[in-house]
Amino acid sequence: MNDLSSYRDQHFKGSRSELDKLLRLSLTMYVGNLAFYTTEGQIYELFSKCGDIKRIVMGLDKFKKTPCGFCFIEYYTREDAENCMRYINGTRLDDRIIRTDWDAGFVEGRQYGRGKTGGQVRDEYRTDYDIGRGGYGKNAQPKADMIIFGRNKDALPME
Amino acid sequence: MSHYRIRDNYEDSYGADRAYKKRRHVGGSENINLEERLENLILKVGEKTSSSLESNLEGLVSVLDGDLSNFKEKVLQLLVDCAIRMPEKCTIYSTLVGLLNAKNYDFGAEFVENIVRTFKDSLKNNSWNEARVLLRFIGDLVNCHVVSANSFIQLMGSLLDVTKEDEVPYVRKDWYCYAVISCLPWVGKELYEKRKSPLEFILTAIELYLNARPKKHVNMLRIWSIDVPHPQEEYLDCAWNQIKKLKHDNWMLTIIPRPYLTFDNVLCEALQHNLPVIIPPPHHNACVYPMPWVVYRMFDYTDVTNGPIMPGAHSIERFLVEEHLIQIIDKSYKNSKECANNLMNFVHKNKLPLEYCIVEVIFSLMFHQPKPKYLEIMFGSVLIELSKLSTNTIPLVLAQTTEILYSRIESMHVCAFDRFVSWFAYHLSNFKFSWSWKEWADCLALDPEHPKPKFVREVLQKAMRLSFYERICDIVPSDFEPLLPEKPKPKYKYALENSNLPGQFLSNTLLTKIRSKSPPEEIIEILKEPLMLKNGELIEPADISHSNLIKIDSFVQTILFIASKSFSHAFSAITKFIKVFKFLGENDECQLQILRSTFDLWNADQQMLTVLIDKMLKTQIIECSSVANWIFSKEMTSQFTKLYIWDILSMTINKMSRHVDRLTKELNKAREHLRTTAATYNSSDNSDTEAEKAEPKPSQPSTTTFGVEVPMDVDDNVTEEMVECMEEKLEIAQSDQKNLFLIVFQRFIMILSEHLVKCDTDSEPFDTYWYKYTIGRLQQIFLAHHEQVQKYSSTLEGLLFTPDIDIHILEVFHQFLALHS
Repeated sequence: MNDLSSYRDQHFKGSRSELDKLLRLSLTMYVGNLAFYTTEGQIYELFSKCGDIKRIVMGLDKFKKTPCGFCFIEYYTREDAENCMRYINGTRLDDRIIRTDWDAGFVEGRQYGRGKTGGQVRDEYRTDYDIGRGGYGKNAQPKADMIIFGRNKDALPME
Repeated sequence: MSHYRIRDNYEDSYGADRAYKKRRHVGGSENINLEERLENLILKVGEKTSSSLESNLEGLVSVLDGDLSNFKEKVLQLLVDCAIRMPEKCTIYSTLVGLLNAKNYDFGAEFVENIVRTFKDSLKNNSWNEARVLLRFIGDLVNCHVVSANSFIQLMGSLLDVTKEDEVPYVRKDWYCYAVISCLPWVGKELYEKRKSPLEFILTAIELYLNARPKKHVNMLRIWSIDVPHPQEEYLDCAWNQIKKLKHDNWMLTIIPRPYLTFDNVLCEALQHNLPVIIPPPHHNACVYPMPWVVYRMFDYTDVTNGPIMPGAHSIERFLVEEHLIQIIDKSYKNSKECANNLMNFVHKNKLPLEYCIVEVIFSLMFHQPKPKYLEIMFGSVLIELSKLSTNTIPLVLAQTTEILYSRIESMHVCAFDRFVSWFAYHLSNFKFSWSWKEWADCLALDPEHPKPKFVREVLQKAMRLSFYERICDIVPSDFEPLLPEKPKPKYKYALENSNLPGQFLSNTLLTKIRSKSPPEEIIEILKEPLMLKNGELIEPADISHSNLIKIDSFVQTILFIASKSFSHAFSAITKFIKVFKFLGENDECQLQILRSTFDLWNADQQMLTVLIDKMLKTQIIECSSVANWIFSKEMTSQFTKLYIWDILSMTINKMSRHVDRLTKELNKAREHLRTTAATYNSSDNSDTEAEKAEPKPSQPSTTTFGVEVPMDVDDNVTEEMVECMEEKLEIAQSDQKNLFLIVFQRFIMILSEHLVKCDTDSEPFDTYWYKYTIGRLQQIFLAHHEQVQKYSSTLEGLLFTPDIDIHILEVFHQFLALHS
């Protein structure tokens, strides 16, 4: 259970072993593959099934400041976070299989996408059409408009 | 554990070991190596291999027998551990012990001594499940000619003597009785054949006890209030009925594998050991015994349309299968994929309708009273994995389950109702919300308080929280519209800038000021001024406290409206203006107003309301008692039978309990520390420490904040003053906790009495949906917080649950007392 996944944050300030140590004690989860329109409320509803949530930090597009498909969740206890890895990782939210992973802890600035266009890097190289994540990857088809499915833009949680 | 990783082929490893033995040099590292191999072989015996279990056992015995002298202690310990940790392989290990005993009588004696010691220890340590498993293993050793039948009968007799003790709780007697009953499927036949009349004597003793014991607690623990279609039996009664049927069938059962039968010719030659006399450790106040439960039944043979037949409720197979499936879950609950896999690979899968058994067991655990052993989402995620694993069967069985639960929902306890709602909404959100809602159209014509429409409404509400409003509107047929949740959006009372509301002008001012980033101090100054109309005219308030409530309303509505965009916005607004909130919420009445104003703004968004109240409790803007008073207040009548209200109440009580628990733990830790440092201090002459000790750390009131679990620093320098200060804090917290329970129960008594009196005067039946719901909620509070409530039960009995209140209400309290009696 305590085995870490292979992903390591490349922007982490410190050595690999320091990072691993932090990850093993961490109370923070990274949540990925969210739809752009998934709200904080929905995330709260699902993730609080594993325990009291200390805070949620929504991942935002660096330029547009709109959600770009990931977030950080901090619990109060390690046990709650472990339960999140056990029971939420790989299940669905907004019809998408979401992925959770240990995170070394949120640092200001990490809420922004690191891709050139402001979103996550993975969305720049994606070649499929993903309606929940703004259509085609940005490099694959730069003109693809952001499509928000079934909801108006006002419902988005952040400016 | 490393030994699980190596997956030797049995034949190969035994062969290799035999050859290895011949040419081995006695060296330290090789001994360790051999020890590991032995351990590995013992742990894995009975798992799937190409060769038969019997030949594996024979091989293992010959390997072990040759090395016993070197590894005796290790092997003894390992076998006892296996007996405890792998109860599903009980008969395999008992056979192994039997074969070893046949070869080496002394080893058998030592093993018996060891397992008896472990059994006694587990009784002493209140490790009840371990003790029960060990007793069963000892019983199975009778089958393998290791333990004499006579001495085991004697042991059962002395355990049953507990049922005759005076002035001990029934839960103690119950456990001892259950432990004896639950080894009968294993050892019953052997005793019946060899010691018929002493066995009869034991069975009579059990029957006598079971007929005499009180069963007041049962009604509180039942999931279904009626016995149609399936009788809901208390666990001991059910197990006893199963044993009686087994006895009637001459103790014949096929589901327990009995490898020792193959070795009968070897085993019958072996000498048996007599168990020593075991006297159960006496009861004392610190003993905690397992709580009773009611066996959950959802299916019978008529529900299964094809394949093997579902064993009847009193067939011992049902008991054994359920127990085994629960053991599988207990072992693999940390990994839902693995858990689902292990369940589907259940060893007896061809003899039963496996999917039905699994689903019934999972729901029985999920609905377990007072609370499930595992997180609800664990069950949910295992059911998802099962659905993925067995796409042809599990989804159908789950759909059938949902239909059955829905059709019987009128008699379902409200605790199970909540969990059913929450699971179903979660499950739907994982399967694209597809459900044949049309088939539930019957609920549309019913009284809105009927559990059926209530269920659909709550499911749609929870489903919306996991999804979004428009989506939920799309999934149900249009005639379900009355059951749809309201679109979640804020309702700002002061939106019309020129209304005649007394707080309008103030709200306009606050709106402008907050938007232009005025600091909290400035807002406080504004709030200190008298209320005015737009033209500067003073509003003449009836009294100061009334005008205060208007100010609170203006501020709370305005700030939360400005921050209504998301939880994060709302949380940071509360954090930024916490001073203002605290300035306003100076007493109970003001705190109630904060709650009312929040409710007025957010009553269309139950989730937002819940998290806001959570946040206000954590930041101590409002106290737990205010939340309780608010929930039972007149204005909240319309919300009273909605699920989220009870989420809020239990969240509030839990916060208080966690707070008390934490302070208790910290105090105990500090006391312990003080004791040990005092001891070392006395034996050392380090005078520096005294100076440090004399300086008490400033006590930090901020550590009492609910939910923010900052463990108090009790590492060093614990002083008597600090301990005293902690004692004081704990006392305050405990009195708050007691007060909270008093408020909650008093309010329950008030509304229920009012209802009962009214029905009596109007000569109407009292047993309405509202009444059943409310009584269920009262039971829920008792059950969910039984450990905490129990501490105050004499206060409750003296102050609230007095003989003059209505018998229906008093009954719930008596049921609660019976849980631990």
